Amino acid sequence: MKIISVIKQVPDAEARIRATPTGIDLDGVTFVIDGMDEYGVEQSLRLREGGLDTELISLALGPKRFEEAIRTSLAMGSDRAIHIETDEALDPITQAKVLASIIQEEGAELVFVGGKEADWDSAALGPAIAEALGWPHSDWTTRLEINDTSLSVTHDSDEGSETLTLPLPAVITTQQGLNEPRYPTLPNIMKAKRKELKKLTLADVGSPSGKTQVLKQEIQTKSRLNKVVQGDAADAAKELARLLHEEAKAI
Amino acid sequence: MILVIAEHSNGSLKKSALELLSAAKSLSEKLGGEVVAALLGQDLSGAASELAKYVNKVIAVEDAALADVRAEPYTTVLTNLAKELEAKAVLVSASKSGLSYSARVAMRLDAPLLEDVTSLDVEGGQVIASRFSYLARVTETVKALALPIVISVKPNIFPVAEASASGTVDKKAADLAASDDRVKVGEKAAAKTGRVALDEADIIVTGGRGVGSAEGFTKLVEPLADALSAGIGATRAVVDAGWRPYSEQVGQTGKTVAPGVYIALGVSGAVQHLSGMNRSKIIVAINKDADAPIFKVADYGIVGDVNEVVPALKEAVSSL
Ligand SMILES: Cc1cc2nc3c(=O)[nH]c(=O)nc-3n(C[C@H](O)[C@H](O)[C@H](O)COP(=O)(O)OP(=O)(O)OC[C@H]3O[C@@H](n4cnc5c(N)ncnc54)[C@H](O)[C@@H]3O)c2cc1C
Ligand SMILES: Nc1ncnc2c1ncn2[C@@H]1O[C@H](COP(=O)(O)O)[C@@H](O)[C@H]1O
Repeated sequence: MKIISVIKQVPDAEARIRATPTGIDLDGVTFVIDGMDEYGVEQSLRLREGGLDTELISLALGPKRFEEAIRTSLAMGSDRAIHIETDEALDPITQAKVLASIIQEEGAELVFVGGKEADWDSAALGPAIAEALGWPHSDWTTRLEINDTSLSVTHDSDEGSETLTLPLPAVITTQQGLNEPRYPTLPNIMKAKRKELKKLTLADVGSPSGKTQVLKQEIQTKSRLNKVVQGDAADAAKELARLLHEEAKAI
Repeated sequence: MILVIAEHSNGSLKKSALELLSAAKSLSEKLGGEVVAALLGQDLSGAASELAKYVNKVIAVEDAALADVRAEPYTTVLTNLAKELEAKAVLVSASKSGLSYSARVAMRLDAPLLEDVTSLDVEGGQVIASRFSYLARVTETVKALALPIVISVKPNIFPVAEASASGTVDKKAADLAASDDRVKVGEKAAAKTGRVALDEADIIVTGGRGVGSAEGFTKLVEPLADALSAGIGATRAVVDAGWRPYSEQVGQTGKTVAPGVYIALGVSGAVQHLSGMNRSKIIVAINKDADAPIFKVADYGIVGDVNEVVPALKEAVSSL
């Protein structure tokens, strides 16, 4: 059975990103594999370690710099990778179609996608890939077991959590709690350099055009009062309560 | 027309439903067409008549297969409705389930998706939305290049609609396919809180690692929250330590909230945490480290030990 993990490379959470008149400037920013994607890679490794006979493939759609994140997934233990290289910022629906076409071609039966991506703040990719393939999906998945031809999972719902069973093939989007991703070891980082990384272009997948266009990007700011209340604990607390009540009229 | 999917829970409308209606109304004024609200589920008559106070046309789709919110049957019903009514836009709440089926609906309609939007406008017949990206550090303006379009709307941003209609309720059959029933729901565990739900709370008191322990929450956070009738939030560090349930986590992988007042106790203010709460109207921080990043986004702060300041603050707010 083939398992595919979709990989994204995103700015490190602590990275300082700047806005320019033409958009976000990511120059000099440290990039990492998206933490939500690591959960997927880790889960596929654990399925294999649990005895499942499987080939693990990393799949990415994005600019050349994504190679680093792909190598991280190979160093964690994926067997090989496919990178559709493009500088175009395609919307999630268009991306999902492209990724689904590769997933179909590979004949994979289980696909992991990060639950919420740290560049778009988007949770759409996983469900959209599932829809493009005509497969069921589980989102925000915190536990996963495989039983022959079906999956038993726990996922977060709006009201709390639920267990689900769903038949394979299926798409799983990840959530914190699914597992604790491993760090690649030095020998495995060396080994990853020799693993297959197949390159494709958008032209190979029919040169799709996007459905949305980003017009503007700005650093989000909301001006804040930044008032630090002075005094010992009791006085400061009293003054804070007064400010919240009288000045902010909030309590 | 603009199709709105009204979320409800056990027959009572969620606040997000009324927020969607106000977003849809202003969109319909710019895009043309009436607003129609759809309710999906079982035993909907109570919610439907409530909804009809806010919108002229309600469509109730009742089916046992819609009792749980599952992406596939929802997608089928909504796609069929959107096609039949020739919707220009389908508006969904960006709740966990809404995010999940809206992406499928967009794919099935081959329509642009604008996700988790915070404002909507129309220029030259095209829909333009604001949304956050990069862990909510960036606001971006995105244009949809075609109609129809699927939009998920961030909760707690748009105003709630006013009850000024006396609409009609039409019932419709769900017309599901066998494949819509592939995902079976087993056990459900409700997030346990005897308190105000985080996404509807007007005041939230959040504890971070600085609160010290699970007992610290009982001793410091809960009494202050009770005194303010507030919801309780937690950082991931606190959830990972097992002091509080995940359902209370605020941030990138937890809930996104925007209450009137957000009080952060012993919270450092990591980017992943800020991304879940930085739209709060007023932010209050109590932290013993004057350099903690949380103070950068705070309106009011006290540099001090939560063990001393929080009980004093509880006394002070109780005697207001
Ligand atoms: C992929 C990913 C997703 C994440 N998602 C989330 C998320 O959704 N939500 C989230 O919160 N985090 C998230 N994180 C974790 C985040 O990076 C931080 O680690 C976390 O928010 C820190 O929690 P904290 O502020 O409670 O703890 P700390 O960073 O340890 O801060 C504790 C603070 O308490 C102060 N303090 C200590 N003692 C006292 C005292 N007696 N009185 C007053 N102040 C005191 C300290 O000065 C310090 O500032 C995520 C991380 C990753 C990698
Ligand atoms: N429909 C969409 N929904 C969300 N983000 C989108 C959409 N269309 C384009 N984007 C943006 O495309 C950009 C891709 O940026 P990058 O990761 O820098 O290539 C991000 O800023 C996304 O927010």
